[in-house]
Amino acid sequence: MIHSLFLVNASGDIFLEKHWKSVVSRSVCDYFFEAQERATEPENVPPVIPTPHHYLISVLRHRIYFVAVIQSEVPPLFVIEFLHRVVDTFQDYFGVCTEAAIKDNVVVVYELLEEMLDNGFPLATESNILKELIKPPTILRTMVNTITGSTNVGEQLPTGQLSVVPWRRTGVKYTNNEAYFDVVEEIDAIIDKSGSTITAEIQGVIDACVKLTGMPDLTLSFMNPRLLDDVSFHPCVRFKRWEAERILSFIPPDGNFRLLSYHVSSQNLVAIPVYVKHNITFREGSSQGRFDLTLGPKQTMGKAVESVLVSSQLPRGVLNANLNPSQGTYTFDPVTKLLSWDVGKINPQKLPSLKGTMSLQAGASKPDENPTINIQFKIQQMAISGLKVNRLDMYGEKYKPFKGIKYMTKAGKFQRCVWIAGSDRYYTNRASLIIVTS
Amino acid sequence: GQHLNLISHLRNLKEMLESSKESLKLEAMKRIVGLIAKGKNASELFPAVVKNVASKNIELKKLVYVYLVRYAEEQQDLALLSISTFQRALKDPNQFIRASALRVLSSIRVPIIVPIMMLAIKEAAADLSPYVRKTSAHAIQKLFSLDADQKEQLIEVIEKLLKDKSTLVAGSVVMAFEEVCPDRIDLIHKNYRKLCNLLVDVEEWGQVVIISMLTRYARTQFTSPWKEVRGQSGEVMKAFYESDSEEKKGHTEEKPYIMDPDHRLLLRNTKPLLQSRNTAVVMSVAQLYWHLAPKHEVSIVTKSLVRLLRSHREVQYIVLQNIATMSIQRKGMFEPFMKSFYVRSTDATHIKTLKLEILTNLANEANISTILREFQTYVKSQDKAFAAATIQAIGRCATNISEVTDTCLNGLVLLLSNRDETVVAESVVVIKKLLQTQPTQHSEIIKHMAKLFDNITVPMARASILWLIGEYCERVPKIAPDVLRKMAKSFTAEEDIVKLQTVNLAAKLYLTNSKQTKLLTQYILNLGKYDQNYDIRDRTRFIRQLIVPSEKSGALNKYARRILLAPKPAPVLESSFKDRDRFQLGTLSHSLNSKATGYQELSDWPAVAPDQSVRNVEIIEASGSDSEEESSESEKTSSDSGKSSSGSEQSSSESELEQKKKKKTKKVPQKKSKPTAADRYSEIPAVCWSLRVTTSSFGPVKTYELLHHMTGKGLAAKYHFPRQPCLYQPSMVAVQVILSNSSDHSLEEIHIGDRSPASLSIHCFNTIERLEPEASVTVSMGIDFSDSTQAANFQLCTKEDQFSVSIQPAVGELLMPSSMTEQDFCKEQGKLQGMNETSATITMETANASSQAISKQVLSVANVGVVSSSQNNFSRFAGRTVSSGALVLVSLELKESSTALLTINTEKTVMASMLLRDIKQALTQA
Repeated sequence: MIHSLFLVNASGDIFLEKHWKSVVSRSVCDYFFEAQERATEPENVPPVIPTPHHYLISVLRHRIYFVAVIQSEVPPLFVIEFLHRVVDTFQDYFGVCTEAAIKDNVVVVYELLEEMLDNGFPLATESNILKELIKPPTILRTMVNTITGSTNVGEQLPTGQLSVVPWRRTGVKYTNNEAYFDVVEEIDAIIDKSGSTITAEIQGVIDACVKLTGMPDLTLSFMNPRLLDDVSFHPCVRFKRWEAERILSFIPPDGNFRLLSYHVSSQNLVAIPVYVKHNITFREGSSQGRFDLTLGPKQTMGKAVESVLVSSQLPRGVLNANLNPSQGTYTFDPVTKLLSWDVGKINPQKLPSLKGTMSLQAGASKPDENPTINIQFKIQQMAISGLKVNRLDMYGEKYKPFKGIKYMTKAGKFQRCVWIAGSDRYYTNRASLIIVTS
Repeated sequence: GQHLNLISHLRNLKEMLESSKESLKLEAMKRIVGLIAKGKNASELFPAVVKNVASKNIELKKLVYVYLVRYAEEQQDLALLSISTFQRALKDPNQFIRASALRVLSSIRVPIIVPIMMLAIKEAAADLSPYVRKTSAHAIQKLFSLDADQKEQLIEVIEKLLKDKSTLVAGSVVMAFEEVCPDRIDLIHKNYRKLCNLLVDVEEWGQVVIISMLTRYARTQFTSPWKEVRGQSGEVMKAFYESDSEEKKGHTEEKPYIMDPDHRLLLRNTKPLLQSRNTAVVMSVAQLYWHLAPKHEVSIVTKSLVRLLRSHREVQYIVLQNIATMSIQRKGMFEPFMKSFYVRSTDATHIKTLKLEILTNLANEANISTILREFQTYVKSQDKAFAAATIQAIGRCATNISEVTDTCLNGLVLLLSNRDETVVAESVVVIKKLLQTQPTQHSEIIKHMAKLFDNITVPMARASILWLIGEYCERVPKIAPDVLRKMAKSFTAEEDIVKLQTVNLAAKLYLTNSKQTKLLTQYILNLGKYDQNYDIRDRTRFIRQLIVPSEKSGALNKYARRILLAPKPAPVLESSFKDRDRFQLGTLSHSLNSKATGYQELSDWPAVAPDQSVRNVEIIEASGSDSEEESSESEKTSSDSGKSSSGSEQSSSESELEQKKKKKTKKVPQKKSKPTAADRYSEIPAVCWSLRVTTSSFGPVKTYELLHHMTGKGLAAKYHFPRQPCLYQPSMVAVQVILSNSSDHSLEEIHIGDRSPASLSIHCFNTIERLEPEASVTVSMGIDFSDSTQAANFQLCTKEDQFSVSIQPAVGELLMPSSMTEQDFCKEQGKLQGMNETSATITMETANASSQAISKQVLSVANVGVVSSSQNNFSRFAGRTVSSGALVLVSLELKESSTALLTINTEKTVMASMLLRDIKQALTQA
């Protein structure tokens, strides 16, 4: 299946290679570099590239291309999914997945890759199993190992590898037994120029951090499970139980994991938590344009909208912007034409606004490009869909665990059409507004 | 300089490797791995590295393995030095070491060791550890790629491993099957149902491989389920069926379609996997439904596919490609999710283009206005390539949906005054195509374009306008000659395609309006004659011969008008995904739209289903879990046939068979509780363990009393050993307790209290909140007896009372069956001689001396597995102790005059003597 893996950085250097079968010359990456050159943006490199003897399937994460070399027919998603798992594992082990981190830990990286694939077929991708085979590097362990000569490598077959619950190792022990669940939601919305919602969708995940002794069997139930339209589960969740009772029943992995991702369908009304008022005008023949933007909270159930960050891609014709924010700070980069405004918290009594003028290239005609607005923010203690966890019960173990549930909604893509006044044509503009509620 | 550096660096490393200090060696190996990772050549250190292959330090050893696998191919002779180490490790008692030895051994690509590898693979395929068997499945592919001549032998191993019931092995062996012998469909028959049933429990990567193999399998074994939708619109397969039914008119025509239960089984068991977090699994289920499910069921995959669009960019790319292909044939599937395909400014270009493709495919009379409004936004995009693609898409919508053709055309004409050149150029090209489809009433647009001609600089657009004017020159009789005049002036400065079209225009005008254009045409033809480009020179020469009458010009001259001004068919604007459905969805070939190496064609449905009985497995092999599976299926079958009013012969015989199986399950009630692959989600998963269980435990279940209702103040408890692997911890023995309430009030909070000895590890059942009068409940618990028959004492508590109870296991219950071949049995027995052997001679009634009767008796006493025996007078049973996993081998040799020699070989001598006593008693009594 997967023949070789090359790691390529943003400047086009191969900084790591690993082969699971016969060695494939790194010159195979030339085809990749060609595609990379052709692409205007790093994201535009096609994920699947055919070459005369091989196929290159790549993913781009953290500005590193992970290029897998394939020799024959294989579902491309299989490879892509695996490569993303590799990145996730690196991130899990080293905290970050950067070129420097990979180079610093090249031995661990190699040991991991060796365990993750055998002859190009995934062998162990479950983080629990890998951690028993190869312990993540920590400063303390590195020191101890240097002195005592002990190793990072486990000698026994990981218990999970053979068990019916491969995601959980046996013999887990904690003095404080805790289980935390974060309900994180993202809004995806498109709003037309008059402010009415065209589509709004909520994507949510429940991330868990479970540190419980033994083999706990948990059930998690919701007050309003009908909200969840489409769900995907961690393998630990018993599907039949969900089908029948709408209860999540599972033996959790040890540590951090994503229990569930869900989708709240567009049939349910989605309350958009913020609104934007804007007035961006250019006049024909004038080298000045007016810019006026106001933000306000909407349907937040009294929760504060925080960490608001507005950014906008202004038309290419704009030379500079002279704006006055009522709060926070703004920057305008004349080269990339990116305007970003760090708003902070929205005070409902005094709405934040950004007003002023834009200077245009003298003599240039009125820009007809679309300014793009991205807005990010967080709202604490609120799940925008209204999803509520009813209760969490534990069976199979005797102790009383500490249970914590946190709600949080995260930014999705929010798009808005902007009317440019003073023009006989209107421009439908796309903006992504990213919303985070916690 | 750098090269010298590397050389001295390597010399340094060599010194470090040869030092006696372990830590120095390890450090050296770490640096060497660093070099390998960078792609530097470190092969010259081979002799120094290979010496450490037998190191005690596990990390050092692993790094040496990494090195060895990387360079062995280049240093074959030296690599052979390491082989003996691995051969030794293959016999190691630690399964992990056995497995990793096989992994490395098989990864050393040295042809000389092929026989050694073959032997190792065969041995590992029969290993007790499923993990080692999994490794052997991987090794099969490695050996095959090293030496394809071994195919026949390897197929034998694959055949054996396919029978394996471990979820761990299933994915890997199917992978090996796909690599080595994908055409040997016959090997799958007997394992088909097992694979379907195991599927949910296989690890996710294995699921992908198995699903794609089963898709191919199903297409060769079942008849098409698409017949029933005959008559519905837009079915691709319709023609196929029509011809089909004509062929066999008479007997097939009236027969309604009935889905093979096995076909249904596959669909049913893959459906839950749509909820997998692994995108590859979801995609493979989606393609399975697309290729195998009845048309009306396919749409259940839609939601899951749309969900994948939230994933990484690369995932989106592949999923969108597949949706693009699907949406051509089945608009309805994705139309409700149209908004999910709206382009966002942050999307990468190839994602945008794919979304555009899908939106265009989804367009119909009802939603076209929405889509066009959306497209208007895209035309304004800063990404010009994307804007151009949008205009093409508008063109396609316009041709496909006649209601909006005019609207689109007007919109496109408006775009002609756009300031961006690419937008204008693309619009011209698309307008040209649209006009060609209905040229009658559009002379206004042609005039408009002629006016714009001076401002348009993109060659393709200029060429298109010229072609349009030439083609419809009779509609714009005044403008056309004028345009030609302008072109004559600028001819030399134009691009090649514009020149060619100018020549075309000149020729057409010459034929229709020679009075005004004769001179202009000759001028242009002269310019063309001396052009730098030979294409243009050729074309000019050809045109001149064709249109200008001369004595040399032949018969063609007469037909010049008919040749040049022939009505031309309009170009068809269609999706680039139109013909992609020739590839199986989700494959690399589909993604590339060309056949990738090793692509396996998906065959057409057979007209007549091949023999269904090939998939039947002998009943004796159907273990408890299997039969339950089947019975649930028979319910399904009956509901199926209910739907289709008449059942075919096959299906009725099928259900008869199932009836039998059903009865069988009824007879053996304890199997009800056995967790199976399918109800894994409703019960606690416990499948891996059942894989080691070779035979189902026959024999009546002995129920023991735990608490009498008199002493228990109404609470009665009984227990039995269900003989299933304990799911809480492998070292525990599973015990099922039946609690019943014979009092007149309900009992609350039944749970387990203090235990003695205190160290006794018990997995308690969950507290029973309430037990009503006359009600009873069965709960499972696990007890670690530590391989001793010492009783487990604990307290059974209710809200008010506590009762001391104890469970005393019979020695036979402390075992679990172990599968092994006769050969292995003898080998293991050889190791357990001397004081590990206990034996006794017993006398039996001749009536009970049949091997079946013996099995029955032995199994009633001890939870062991039957080892198939080639000799009639030998019965062999193998098991392991639950807690420590020590082997327990029971053999019975029948002698003349109804005496028999009973031998037990095990390290646990105390258990052996107790077991001997029990078995002896059972056999002599019977």
